[in-house]
Amino acid sequence: MVKHTYEQIGETLYEERLENGLGVFVFPKPDFGKYYAFFATRYGGMDTRFQVDGQWLDTPMGIAHYLEHKMFDTPDGGNALQTLSATGASPNAFTSTALTGYHFECTDGFWDNLRTLLEFVSVPYFTKESVEKEQGIIGQEIRMIEDQPGWQAYHLLLEALYHHHPVRNSVAGSVESIAQITAETLYQCHGAFYTPSNMVLCVAGNVDPAQVCALAREILPQQAAPAIGRDCGAEEPHTVLRRETSKTMAVSAPLLQLGIKGTAAPDGPAQLRQRFLGELACEALAGSSSPLYRRLYDEGLINSGFYLGYLDYPGCAFLMAGGESRNPAAVRDAILAEGERIAREGLDEGLFQRLKKALYGAYVQSLNSFANLCVEQAKGYFAGQDPWTFPAVYEAMEKKDVEEFLAQWVRPEQTALVVIRPEEEKA
Amino acid sequence: MLPMKEAVLAPGVLLRAVQTKKFKNSLLSVSFLEPLTQEHGALNALLPKVLRRGTRRCPDLTALSAALDDLYGGGMEPVLRKKGEVQCVGFWATALDDAFVPGGTPILEEAAALLGQLVLEPAGEAGAFLPAYVDSERENLIRKIRSQVNDKLQYSLSRLRTEMCRGEAYGLDKLGREEEAAAITGEALYARYQALLETDPVCFYYCGSADFDRVEAAFRKAFASLPQKARRPIPQTQVVEEPAGPVRRFQDAMDVTQGKLILGFRTGGGFRSKEEIARGLLFNAVYGGTTNSKLFLHVREKLSLCYFASSSLAQNKGLLQVYSGVEFANFHRAEEEILAQLTACQQGQITADELESARRSVISSLRTTLDAQGRLEEYWLNRFVSGTRFQPEELAQTVEKVTLDQVVQTACRVRLDSVYTLRGKEG
Repeated sequence: MVKHTYEQIGETLYEERLENGLGVFVFPKPDFGKYYAFFATRYGGMDTRFQVDGQWLDTPMGIAHYLEHKMFDTPDGGNALQTLSATGASPNAFTSTALTGYHFECTDGFWDNLRTLLEFVSVPYFTKESVEKEQGIIGQEIRMIEDQPGWQAYHLLLEALYHHHPVRNSVAGSVESIAQITAETLYQCHGAFYTPSNMVLCVAGNVDPAQVCALAREILPQQAAPAIGRDCGAEEPHTVLRRETSKTMAVSAPLLQLGIKGTAAPDGPAQLRQRFLGELACEALAGSSSPLYRRLYDEGLINSGFYLGYLDYPGCAFLMAGGESRNPAAVRDAILAEGERIAREGLDEGLFQRLKKALYGAYVQSLNSFANLCVEQAKGYFAGQDPWTFPAVYEAMEKKDVEEFLAQWVRPEQTALVVIRPEEEKA
Repeated sequence: MLPMKEAVLAPGVLLRAVQTKKFKNSLLSVSFLEPLTQEHGALNALLPKVLRRGTRRCPDLTALSAALDDLYGGGMEPVLRKKGEVQCVGFWATALDDAFVPGGTPILEEAAALLGQLVLEPAGEAGAFLPAYVDSERENLIRKIRSQVNDKLQYSLSRLRTEMCRGEAYGLDKLGREEEAAAITGEALYARYQALLETDPVCFYYCGSADFDRVEAAFRKAFASLPQKARRPIPQTQVVEEPAGPVRRFQDAMDVTQGKLILGFRTGGGFRSKEEIARGLLFNAVYGGTTNSKLFLHVREKLSLCYFASSSLAQNKGLLQVYSGVEFANFHRAEEEILAQLTACQQGQITADELESARRSVISSLRTTLDAQGRLEEYWLNRFVSGTRFQPEELAQTVEKVTLDQVVQTACRVRLDSVYTLRGKEG
């Protein structure tokens, strides 16, 4: 077991790779009464196409999320969600584009809860009846998210930015796609992706790291399975598929969702650096202390709900802005013009230094959350990165890096705008 | 246990502080306690938004953001909370804790000073706010009031409260109404500001690594110019113990695919003392507050009648809300089943397992309050509003002792008052 000490951010981390390939990470937290465990697989909404024994297999959109729901059923006819919450723990799970994670937070009975978590996630149990019953529940969930203007805007944006990349998949799928899911496909997906070598376990709390590893060794399969590849679709052009999209919904003011498509960095430290650089560039471009933010705010084109951030998934990376705006196209044009201006005239040195301070501090503060610590660690592990090297990454960043980033990214042909319009504007 | 120290800085002005090194940031807050009224609701909601636009030293958003960047990703946001019939108006400030600032420069004093300037030294000439700030924030407030409809669940909950509590202050939304917001003038807002500074009870709060004396000195200095006048006592919430008559029904139709069903109950009185709150929390957890509750297990899981069904308790007001997402065709059955589960609680049909798992969940939630900056602040504000000062741990120990009979007695006082449904436009 390797012990890492990150003095500047006040964290200690124990790391172990088990014989079966599972990555285990433990953050000891002697001052806290709560415990948090996160058990995740490198499998998400984008992973519908994969190889089993050399054969390509296409599975229905939404299957990773469906599998997540069904994993809670246990062979004894019980439900792990109830088993965990009966001890006072708060269990939950989520499926994102590239990851499915199961977690709980608790104050009592940590070891029993960890045992439950490892068991229910590693032992699949599906029946025809239970799979069919879930279709109603997930169908409701899909209808509920489809009613959300923010979700629609995000989903339409991904469909506009990308020609092929499976980030276009809706993580929950559609009512039609999930109708094709059977117990057999669920078993196949579980067999392919829920192997220890494709998974990670992260724990934060007042625990002995060796005991976490011992429990994982006891419960999970001993054998290491071969790694499973990821399909990111056909090669993606650098330009977007659709520059403008609009949809009418029950909203009070137009909602803007703007995407700027860039080149994804390969897994590893380069990706981590590009992420921090991208976030810094977003702040310089339209963050709350930037000149553009102030102008847009003063002109009433954005309100305090406006945001701009950097997002990446395996094989894709983009900037995304969103918020309410009476004139979304004007906001897009202003962002494009500002990117060009900074690339041409250079970034103010004082602003650059302050932004570095601010982003560094904000990231350290986000580590108050055990969930953030564990989820960041899991994502970093899957992408071959040590996220806690970030103070050095920030330290090394220069003003010209931000200027070059903006010059390469902020271009009209790489930009897609989605607008959700209020119903009154129909006519 | 995290000891809380307090000091009365002036009559009606209280400082509560928790010293700990467990968090990456420190949190400071200031709350002015206003009685919730139709006349002042929108003015009070607008006030901190206008103050947040600039101070004499940092007269615009860009300058303020720069000052916050210098606090290593500090944040100071207006916060408006409704606690029973009290409108809590103020700011929430976070900054990187001194323990993690590179170079060891302390920033608590700077953070407190900036917070003081935000509250006491608004941008513009003495005796008035900058008209441009008032105008644009009034527009933002109106937009925000209108956009409440976007979140269908929150909107439905608010609609139920409005209809059920017509004539009671609790029926008013914390943002106020569009009519009053639109009529706000700079003069009226400034007069309201003076009144609030001079007459409201004030609570300052701090949590971070600094010792109490340093915190007290920092707040005293930062708020030295707060008017020293007699302040009114903490506003009271009027409790309606029972429904006035037969169940009232309200509904709206909108372009949605999933319906919302909200039930509003009177609980036979408010929950203020440690003992009352402990019983209320435990009853709510058994009935609908957790994933092991009767509503979750019977209405959602067993009968698949709802995508979600939960309950929440407004302690100060003595009002219980059950909220659920339902297919339109299932409104009637879902309501029957939600009420049947309440009857089960009233008849004592609560198993030992149900009671204990609810108890563990409530206790766990109380204990983890000590592990989360935001929740701890909220906890102490709740105590301030209700004029109590027991620790989360004391409340947890009280929950430990609540008996089945006491939960049943609490359930027996619950009476259905109103039902609200949000339906689709067709059918």
